Amino acid sequence: MYKIGIIGERDSVLGFMSLGFSVHEVSGADEAAGVLHKLVSSGEYAIIFIIENLAERLSGEIEASKYHELPLPAIISLPGQSGNTGYGLAAIKDAVRRAVGADIVFND
Amino acid sequence: MAQLRVNPTRMELKRIRARYDTARRGHKLLKDKRDELMKKFLDIVREDKVLRERVEAGLAGVYRSFAAASAVIGRQMLVEALIMPGREVALDVEYRNLMSVTVPEFEAEILGDGGAAVFNYGLAFTSGELDASLRELAALLPDLVRMAELEKAVQLLAAEIEKTRRRVNALEYIIIPQYLETMKSIRMKLEENERGNTTRLMKVKDMMIEKKLMSKRKEAEAE
Repeated sequence: MYKIGIIGERDSVLGFMSLGFSVHEVSGADEAAGVLHKLVSSGEYAIIFIIENLAERLSGEIEASKYHELPLPAIISLPGQSGNTGYGLAAIKDAVRRAVGADIVFND
Repeated sequence: MAQLRVNPTRMELKRIRARYDTARRGHKLLKDKRDELMKKFLDIVREDKVLRERVEAGLAGVYRSFAAASAVIGRQMLVEALIMPGREVALDVEYRNLMSVTVPEFEAEILGDGGAAVFNYGLAFTSGELDASLRELAALLPDLVRMAELEKAVQLLAAEIEKTRRRVNALEYIIIPQYLETMKSIRMKLEENERGNTTRLMKVKDMMIEKKLMSKRKEAEAE
């Protein structure tokens, strides 16, 4: 049995407590990176949601750690309280561009 | 085009031809794999795109009503209401093999008091907005889990496609032309040797004939 974690600033993640997610409040990207590595290496989490503004700043870090190539956990960005930055869709777009060599899904 | 440094012998030629055949077969297989992966990948991406748009719209609603709740009952109260959740989500993970890529599948299971426990606080000190926003959020849970599953598959497949594409290209544009080039050069070298051999034989034969003629002429002079 695995847990679902969520990393983000307090206002964005508070509500997820009621869902039963394991909520990790952070105040900045550096702290978030530390928490992320801790959660991944604990091996207890199958999904780790990260609020977009942090996910964007951690993208280099996540790339370097090759977390996307492990079968678990799934590291997924979600929009936060402050609004949707479109980073989540941009990340998929990026994956498509990497795989196909051209953007053929989102060009409408 | 660079070619391999090998001895121009028949044996090497045979060996390289075998490797060339293998490379050709591998190239075809990898190409098929790439095409199939791409098809699956795009199906998943399309589904995920729709789902993500729905989840993001849903979350925006949740945050809005959450902000309203926070305004009505105060932040401190809100934190207190939520700090002790009555339930926990556990995920069951199963793995599926998608074209030799292992992708996880998630099944959410709610531990605790069941559905009602989304509100694990006294209703007296909290507002109806909070109840509403939490209910909305709870309704998003299956979509969230499904989206995580799809996006993980997207990430894994993208990495695999990239790898496969590189291999296909390496075979197609480097390895296979290299073998072809090498085979051609060996064949040419062998033919050249063959020609050299023929000329040598002809030359030797000429010399032998000349010798015979000389000796015959000498015999004739002696008589």
